[in-house]
Amino acid sequence: MYRYDEYDQQIVNERVKQYRDQVRRRLSGELTEEEFLPLRLQNGLYMQIHAYMLRIAVPYGLISSKQMRMFAHIARKYDRGYGHFTTRQNIQFNWLKLEDTPDILADLASVEMHAIQTSGNCVRNITSDEFAGVAQDEVVDPRPYAEILRQWSTFHPEFAYLPRKFKIAISGGKEDRAAVYAHDIGLSATKNAQGEVGFRVLVGGGLGRTPIIGSEICEFVPWQHILTYVESILRIYNQYGRRDNKYKARIKILVKALGIDEFKRQVEADWADLKDGHGTLTIEEVNRVATFFTDPDYEKLTDHDSQLNEFKADSRSFSNWMLRNVKAHRVPGYAIVVLSLKKPGNAPGDATAEQMDAIADLAERYSFGELRVTHKQNLVLADVRQKDLVRLWQEATAHELTAPNIGLLTDIISCPGAEFCTLANARSIPLAQLIAERFEDWDFQHDIGEITLNISGCVNACGQHHIGNIGITGVEKKDHDEWYQVSLGGAEGNLSSIGKIIGPSFTFNQVPEVIDRLLQVYLRERLEAESFIDTVRRIGHVPFKEHVYATDFVVEEEEIVDKHVVVPAQYSVPYYSPRF
Amino acid sequence: MIIKNKTIVADDWIVLRLNEQESAENVAVPEGKMIVPLQVWLQQRDALQQRAEIGVWLSSAERPEDLKDDLNRFSVIAVDFPKFSDGRGYSIAYNLRARLGYTGELRAIGDVLRDQLFYMQRVGFDAFAIRSDRNIEDALKGLTDFSEVYQTSFDHKLPLFRRVPRKGNSAADMVNE
Repeated sequence: MYRYDEYDQQIVNERVKQYRDQVRRRLSGELTEEEFLPLRLQNGLYMQIHAYMLRIAVPYGLISSKQMRMFAHIARKYDRGYGHFTTRQNIQFNWLKLEDTPDILADLASVEMHAIQTSGNCVRNITSDEFAGVAQDEVVDPRPYAEILRQWSTFHPEFAYLPRKFKIAISGGKEDRAAVYAHDIGLSATKNAQGEVGFRVLVGGGLGRTPIIGSEICEFVPWQHILTYVESILRIYNQYGRRDNKYKARIKILVKALGIDEFKRQVEADWADLKDGHGTLTIEEVNRVATFFTDPDYEKLTDHDSQLNEFKADSRSFSNWMLRNVKAHRVPGYAIVVLSLKKPGNAPGDATAEQMDAIADLAERYSFGELRVTHKQNLVLADVRQKDLVRLWQEATAHELTAPNIGLLTDIISCPGAEFCTLANARSIPLAQLIAERFEDWDFQHDIGEITLNISGCVNACGQHHIGNIGITGVEKKDHDEWYQVSLGGAEGNLSSIGKIIGPSFTFNQVPEVIDRLLQVYLRERLEAESFIDTVRRIGHVPFKEHVYATDFVVEEEEIVDKHVVVPAQYSVPYYSPRF
Repeated sequence: MIIKNKTIVADDWIVLRLNEQESAENVAVPEGKMIVPLQVWLQQRDALQQRAEIGVWLSSAERPEDLKDDLNRFSVIAVDFPKFSDGRGYSIAYNLRARLGYTGELRAIGDVLRDQLFYMQRVGFDAFAIRSDRNIEDALKGLTDFSEVYQTSFDHKLPLFRRVPRKGNSAADMVNE
């Protein structure tokens, strides 16, 4: 993976110093909270309900064992012993004190990490394919370009105060695993007929309250021009994106208003004098960065291991895990292993400090000391020898990391929700737990097969509910009541689509029953080997909708004494609050 | 006082801002060193261009191309930041410098605070009217937050990867081990 040179290190060190002084000025009152807000946000620091939350960048999801151990250290020393991996391949710590954050950044800088631009109206962490470099269908390894874009976007002087946040995703496989259609800019690395590398550029995709699938602005931008082309997109957006209404400020609204053809015309007019200019990427730079992403020292192995098959026959749990959590690797004798952070009953995406240390050890022993964070809030060991799978499974099971549910119903994507977030209308994590516990039965889950279930606590869609086959959104009807909308038919990947709401919203305790009814329709209607989403596409929403609303819900609602009081339900320790 | 060319200097320019009753066409522009709104310049061009020294300022919604034939008539062009979170002024400055070739003083006015200065100087501002309730000596420090940058802008014509030799994998391993 990429390693800092003296320039990268110096820039990150100077950031720590700058930020430390900003915090000092805030604490001394030289900066008002209003003035400090954009500064701390550009550094990933949010003021949540109970404490400050810091979002740390994991560039394109790639992380070393050493860095993972630093997360464990931060969790223990400054937080409550755990962290939350996010849909943007980052990690969040939820229980911090403002005055500790400069020291946390200094700790991170010592392992080549930072929190630069993980929030704020700027270019955010670039996300990518979690199987980059090892996927069988890879056309172009996106990682060198992701790193080049990371550097280009870091402290870009012109684009730090955009109308709204700006997310770029880059993929390089035949199948899109980076949700490029759901980003402000989606880059799909590809090769033209001459075998030259370039990018299909999508623009104006995004979720939030106006979900839109990105439009193609250019079918093929040669690799040399990708930085200047992206620069021109950003410049047009910076000048003409709406700033009068926060909810209409994303680039998708501008692209929609102008139309993709007019938007493209403006971008390419701006680009005319940048094309072939000094900002053009050089082959030397691409090659230099690519030296960090060469193959590790793979052994010469074969795909057939008799011991593995024997063990598979013996152990049901192991064979389930092999089926769901182990993916094909492009090198014979190796496998990609997804460590599940979705054990039913646990908060999706959460890992404890002990788990982080264990994961770092596993990566070191079995996968060249590297890991990836997935946008589905799991972790990946990308280069595991097939002959190590049994041992790895046994060790990882001891740390609750082997729930055999990748791509299944309980592999739920969830935002932190109303227990943490000031934007959320409703709780997300407890609902994810409730659903996971109801459908925990592995036989049932394996029978249902591939399905995605996404939960967001509000319309801002951090849980990416629009692209879940089943999407759940927290909505407020009146006076802090907790209600959930259910949508159907969303999908990511090459056949991306936005889900449609099935009807009136539900209470917290009704949601698992709603999901059960949706699944009943699927089980009744599916053709052989047809996935949930394919059935929805074939038969449409109506049969699902009719069945869900056909009969009353018999569920006991919990007694809420005072719904205006936010209780951090799962945590009994006293908390530090910046708000009260 | 303003910051100009990285030092604190005295300044006697006055920024003319119209109140609601005044129109760009009819407002009387006082004598002296005045920085007038773009619309006032466009409306009263014939009279104003007789003056020995005149400046103009753009709001963040205005286009620098509107000045493209007049650029060397001004002693100063200013760009207003109505609030620090409005980033349009950065692209205005970049376009004025890099596209239109403006070489005179380019001044940031309005909600101009220490932590924006590093970015502002990169896109082409060389003068900063710091918000009057803030310490200008303190703001000066904002110009030197970073000693190196990755990407091109107006200040650096070359990106870092074209300016310096950077190490590939084998060498980088030695930096932080």
